[in-house]
Amino acid sequence: MFYYYALYISLAIFGIGLIYKVSTWFRYTIGTDAEDISTSARVLAALKGIILTLLSSKILTLLKVFVLDVLLQIKVLRQDFLKWAMHMCIYLGFMLLLLFHALDNIITPALFEDYYSSVNPFLFLRDLFGVVIVLGVAIAVYRRFILKVPRHITSAMDIYAIIILAIIMISGFLHKGTKITSYTRYQDMVEEYTIEADEDELRTLESYWVAKFGVVSPNLKGPFDAETLELGEEAHDACVDCHSRPQWGFTSYAAAKITKPMALGLDKVDASTILWYIHFLACFLGLAYLPFSKFFHMFTSPLSLLANAVMDPEKSDPANIATRQVLELDACMHCGTCSVQCRVGVIFQQIPNFNILPSEKIPSIKKLARGKKISAQEIRDIQEGMYLCTNCYNCTVACPAGINLQDLWFNVRESLFQKGIPEFLMLSPLSVYRGLMKETLDQANYPIPINRTLESVAGNGDLLALQDRTLPLEPGDYSLLSSLNLAVQSSTFSHCFSCVTCSNACPVVSNYSNPQEVVGLLPHQIMHATGMRLWDLVFSAKMLWDCLGCYQCQEHCPQGVCVADVLYELKNVAITRAIEKMST
Amino acid sequence: MKFALLRCCPTPTVLKQYELSSNAVLQKLGIEAVDIKEFNCCGYPIKNFNFKAYVLASARNLALSERENLNLLTVCNCCYGSLKHVDHLMKDETSLRKEINSTLEKEGLQYEGDIEPKHFLQVLYDDIGIETIQDMVVNTFDGLKIATHYGCHLLRPREIVQFDNPFSPTKLDQLVEVTGAKSVDWLTKLECCGSPLWGVNDELSLDLTENKLKNAKQAGADYLCVVCTYCQLQFDRVQHILLSQRSPEYQLPSILYTQLLGLSLGIDGETLGLAENQVSISEIEGFLLHKEAS
Repeated sequence: MFYYYALYISLAIFGIGLIYKVSTWFRYTIGTDAEDISTSARVLAALKGIILTLLSSKILTLLKVFVLDVLLQIKVLRQDFLKWAMHMCIYLGFMLLLLFHALDNIITPALFEDYYSSVNPFLFLRDLFGVVIVLGVAIAVYRRFILKVPRHITSAMDIYAIIILAIIMISGFLHKGTKITSYTRYQDMVEEYTIEADEDELRTLESYWVAKFGVVSPNLKGPFDAETLELGEEAHDACVDCHSRPQWGFTSYAAAKITKPMALGLDKVDASTILWYIHFLACFLGLAYLPFSKFFHMFTSPLSLLANAVMDPEKSDPANIATRQVLELDACMHCGTCSVQCRVGVIFQQIPNFNILPSEKIPSIKKLARGKKISAQEIRDIQEGMYLCTNCYNCTVACPAGINLQDLWFNVRESLFQKGIPEFLMLSPLSVYRGLMKETLDQANYPIPINRTLESVAGNGDLLALQDRTLPLEPGDYSLLSSLNLAVQSSTFSHCFSCVTCSNACPVVSNYSNPQEVVGLLPHQIMHATGMRLWDLVFSAKMLWDCLGCYQCQEHCPQGVCVADVLYELKNVAITRAIEKMST
Repeated sequence: MKFALLRCCPTPTVLKQYELSSNAVLQKLGIEAVDIKEFNCCGYPIKNFNFKAYVLASARNLALSERENLNLLTVCNCCYGSLKHVDHLMKDETSLRKEINSTLEKEGLQYEGDIEPKHFLQVLYDDIGIETIQDMVVNTFDGLKIATHYGCHLLRPREIVQFDNPFSPTKLDQLVEVTGAKSVDWLTKLECCGSPLWGVNDELSLDLTENKLKNAKQAGADYLCVVCTYCQLQFDRVQHILLSQRSPEYQLPSILYTQLLGLSLGIDGETLGLAENQVSISEIEGFLLHKEAS
């Protein structure tokens, strides 16, 4: 009774969770484009899209993707054999146990007339499938905790998944093991199935079961003589149809052997039943938790793979793209392939912001999509992580769930800019990609985040506009000079005697007839002001951010001043200062 | 000749023709290019933001190449400039080297400086040599005038990149003339293409690009010829935007050197991805003279 209550409750939670999760695919939005599309429009567009796809020739593509990518996981196999083996073990073992063991009152008898769980081949296969899962879990643990692939982050979600699977498997084996040794179980069976038997017969049968079936009896202990066993075997004739030798369930039998010294005590407390409760409750817990756990990817990853195989960013309905992008968040199983392949992943070792790694961006985007309240600092970190990307598409190509990660980053970036927080990475060639995508963006909004960032780092230029400003006698912070990264290059500014060669060689300066009005300080003036430690002047010069890094200044300098290198370092310092200012 | 080839981040998506044409030409020249799966971004894009992260990124690529005992080949000036700069810093700055190597060590890597980062052009000019290439040319261009654009990080700072004379370089011009094309002298040949500011200060970036296009056109060039990912993005994709928004009169298509050389080595236009260019270069095949079979 309790079993069924527990089952129905967990099924109900699973069902509600599933409905809730699916509803989020249509309710949540990612990026600015999706904001204007209503939930009902998205549901209708999805239905229409699915029906039209199923009725078109695209169904062949879907079939191909289903077989190659969903069932056989060819993409994972090509990337990493060990990972593929891990996944295949868990996935195959799990499916087979689910169908033939968990559902053994529905599916198995329908397929096999003579199904009986304690008879071969079923007895053997159940244990074999279990061992296959254990092998998969062992590879997973090995990969995550021993192999330590760089930038492969393990989250709480991964650990929960491994723990639940481990509890189910271990309790299953131990349950069977203690059942084998249980004298009470043996007596129950004898009572139920032996109709006519005298005491002698029962004793020989018990001897036989102690010797051959692993039962631990309080009354009888081996070794037994051959005659007893022979008689026992005759008595066993009544049982033989329902019981193969337990050795065939090799892991359960091993568990029985291990727990044998404690078998009588375990039987007294009815450990087998307790373990059975643990086993099915863990299964039900897994079932109820499934829509919220990484196991949910068994539904969502195939959906994402199939959807991406037939969708085209140019032609698909924007409503469906919006829905697919939220679905993709659930399709991520946090396998970490993207972060290992990420071309800027290495930067994480210098700038410890988790959001740099693609696999860790997903949970952050989930948080944003959920509309949860997030601190300003966290939004800054997410925005920085999203922008620190060279748009090489490695993550998208690598993703075994077929998630179009690159498009996710792009959309999230643009919508984050609306929150009004400066992004200093915008002042770098990482912006080239955004520039190339300019025509796909809202033209009025396009320059806003850049200008905001510029103003945040360089001010509005008031300082440089004051022509009659009196210079303070006390120069600025000396420590800033030493915070420049490379003493050799950055100290060369002191060799500058303001001959203006660098400014004359600068293509940016020569682009303007009134350069000072546009860029604030010219390169030679920056060198000079740096020497005088007039930091507020230096860092308010827009020249720093209009510098191409083309090294013409440095190449032409007759004094060996590493002008461009000094400018680079000043930019680093300016950004560090601006970030500090923003954090306080 | 065998190298580890560092592919530049934007090439697989927005500059496929560079991958196609460099693969084809490398193969034709008998250069074996090894792809190291773990390679990362060269760090160039974050030099403004965090210098040490920039150093770490390039140092990791150098270390990966060194692990395979291969020189590191690149077709992009920005990658090249970064790798040369970091190679130099890792050799000269002891404390920086220690710091970076201790980070790399977490992955079992370190950089000792036993290999050399090389630009594709350097391999062509210094390792293979003009004469050998001359012998391999099957088709020559006739009457084609090219404005060569070296790009900043191939030339400057000279003591670090050590490729050519930074004030009057000739190597790319010679390599262009091997194909029968004529290299024209032009005013802003050695200036920046404007790419570093694209997406940051678009107007300034376009000013610089426009000025270069104008000067090259005035010198009579039919095409620009480029040896860098970012320069080509600027002269092709950004020029495409420039022509539609600002100054259609300055249209001057830009061809990658690997495409130009590829054509004269007898590789077909499709293999070289000519059609991928946004400002069309398809007419360049009209300048080709096919050598008589002798």
